[in-house]
Amino acid sequence: MVAAVSSGWYLSLAAVLFSLGAVGVMIRRNPLVMFMCVELMLNAVNLTFVTFARELDDVGGQVVVFFVLVVAAAEVVVGLGIIVSILRRRPAATADDASLLRG
Amino acid sequence: MLEITWLIPALPLAGFLVLLALGRRLGEPLAGWLATAAVGGSFAASVVVFLGLQAEGEEGRSYVQTLYEWVPAGGFTVDVGFLADPLSVTMCLFITGVGALIHLYSIGYMHGDPNFTKFFVYLNLFVFSMLMLVLGDNLLLTFLGWEGVGACSYFLISFWHTSDANASAGKKAFVTNRIGDWGYMVAMFLTFTALGSISYVDIQRGAGGLATTTATGIALLLLVAAVGKSAQLPLFVWLPDAMAGPTPVSALIHAATMVTSGVYLLVRMNPVLAQAEAWAPTAIAVVGALTALFAATIAVAQTDIKKVLAYSTVSQLGYLFLAIGSGAYVAAIFHMVTHAVFKALLFLGSGSVIHGMGDEQDMRRMGALRKIMPITAITFMFGWLAIAGIPPFSGFWSKDEILLFAFEKSPALWVIGFATAILTAFYMSRQVFMTFFGEARWDRPLEEAVPELAAERGLTPGHPEADEAPVEEGAEGDEAHAPTVANVYEAGHLPHGVGPKEAIHPHESGWLMTLPLVVLSAFALVAGFLQTPFSDDTKVLEHWLEPVVAPDEAILDVTGTFQASLALIAVLGAVAGLVVAFLLYYRRRWADRPVEPVLLLKGWYYDSSIAAFMGGPGRRGFDAVAWFDRHVIDGAVNGVAALVRGTGSGVRRTQSGFVRAYAGIVTGGAVVVVFVLLLRGVVL
Repeated sequence: MVAAVSSGWYLSLAAVLFSLGAVGVMIRRNPLVMFMCVELMLNAVNLTFVTFARELDDVGGQVVVFFVLVVAAAEVVVGLGIIVSILRRRPAATADDASLLRG
Repeated sequence: MLEITWLIPALPLAGFLVLLALGRRLGEPLAGWLATAAVGGSFAASVVVFLGLQAEGEEGRSYVQTLYEWVPAGGFTVDVGFLADPLSVTMCLFITGVGALIHLYSIGYMHGDPNFTKFFVYLNLFVFSMLMLVLGDNLLLTFLGWEGVGACSYFLISFWHTSDANASAGKKAFVTNRIGDWGYMVAMFLTFTALGSISYVDIQRGAGGLATTTATGIALLLLVAAVGKSAQLPLFVWLPDAMAGPTPVSALIHAATMVTSGVYLLVRMNPVLAQAEAWAPTAIAVVGALTALFAATIAVAQTDIKKVLAYSTVSQLGYLFLAIGSGAYVAAIFHMVTHAVFKALLFLGSGSVIHGMGDEQDMRRMGALRKIMPITAITFMFGWLAIAGIPPFSGFWSKDEILLFAFEKSPALWVIGFATAILTAFYMSRQVFMTFFGEARWDRPLEEAVPELAAERGLTPGHPEADEAPVEEGAEGDEAHAPTVANVYEAGHLPHGVGPKEAIHPHESGWLMTLPLVVLSAFALVAGFLQTPFSDDTKVLEHWLEPVVAPDEAILDVTGTFQASLALIAVLGAVAGLVVAFLLYYRRRWADRPVEPVLLLKGWYYDSSIAAFMGGPGRRGFDAVAWFDRHVIDGAVNGVAALVRGTGSGVRRTQSGFVRAYAGIVTGGAVVVVFVLLLRGVVL
């Protein structure tokens, strides 16, 4: 039997994914890519939830992941709607162009 | 019978409200009658309550009627409640009694005034405020009345407000009283801090446990309050100016109501005074004695018939303070009652003279009025003998009792009081002789009869006095064209109460005005028998007031013979003052040249020095304070606002609208939080 992978690996992977996602959100201009990076961050978090659920032998973490997925799906629906409507009005879809909500 | 206590202040209040709503429609004289009836009804209610209290036993003579909870705030509550006890009922009796007579008199006096109804609106409000002041069962309710009489005195003193002098006299009364109000408020706060309550019942019960320093502080602050309201040194300046109002107002303010409230307050708070350091009452006595003498010296030289009485009031109030400072609370109340009667009589009498003389107030123009105004003259003389301290008139008994206690306190105070008594007899006799005796001086042209007066009014050019003439007398003379008798008087621009039209035809006043005079003169004669020193049984007032003041009342230990000899000395002094005035003024030595020192005529230049100070160095000081307020205080407040605004506009820049910047900030924040948490995990 293959030795079980220790939780530390999972968590490290999740941290790396999360950081990649965060950096992506900050440095990419294309809103679609930023969006995908946000998804990456969410999934990194999901991974930690699952990891801890296994580690603690508690199903709660698994359940939370479902919620996160549902909320993420809803967010994608709304977010994509916004992005599409912005694209209709503007030639290029860079996030920095849309600063109408500045103070 | 005590349940109707609330009616006493309610009736004048109702009168005020009705007159306010319907006054103009009622018109003259109905409005006046209504106002008089309101105060008269209040007097009747006072009598009923008085009888009710008398029916109670000695211990039960304190009745609190709570109408409703006025200020409930946590552990602190103030009720609208009335305290009927011997002290407050005594005050109510003479306030409403004398007040009703003054109202009646006013119907005659104010006849024909365009603001007839307005006058009675104010009068009723005044009486209501004063009754709230004395009946209130706690310091705050009393303060309501205290401020009420202050406001009403402002309205009434400047009643003829179209004249500058009158308007500024009202302002002066109002502003000067503010200083006293400060003392009152701080005393009230201090009382609450120390006792946890401001109701008189609690104060009377708890005063014994007060720390000496606290009690001294409260006593001194109360003294400040009383000095402002009752016109003592150094704040008496407003009272002589209060003459600017119609004469019935002077009678009301000077005799029955407002100025007595300071004395009432001190008597009411006597348990606190008793707890204070010994020098605090002494300070009260000294203030009183000095005021009495100071004002009496000024009264000696006044030429305005009402000014004499005004300074006389200040002087007599000084006696009341002297009495309180000497621990003679009963004597203070006693003299307050008799003074209310005879001073109201004197004021109303002088009003009758002024009325008959067509608004002439200068005694140098009067004389010989005895034959033309017999009722006024005879009643006025009753008042004169009463205030001069000639037995058996009321003033003799009350003044003597005060002097007796003053002697017990300190012979020096007695000497000052005695000197004041001589001066009182002198200036009142001077007034009577100048007004009612001698030759008639009103039937000759002003230039011949009283050249100085003519010069003051700008009728004869080139008199040295003309430039210094007081504003209220000289200001109206138009300097552009040389004023003559004709154009000054006929232009009719002398303000009300300042001078007569050309021809004066003195006449006796109508019954509305003479009836109160007769009633008051009867009381001036007999009021002294409230309290005579012959035996324990004749001290009616003392027994009556016992529940309120007994524990703190000073106890005399002088013999009856000694008392009698002091009284004899006082009478001799009064007679001496009277005789000197007789020689000087009845024998008309004065006609050659005025004998009064200018220094006294100008009131020791006290008022004008204050005015000069306020206009000069004082003004600069106030400007500096105003500058400080505008720049430093306001600066601090505005500075805080500017700081917030600046920070806000700086922080606003971070609201760029760039999603990635926000994301960066959020991430940075998250990193910091994680870092801090990790660090805590490591370090702690």
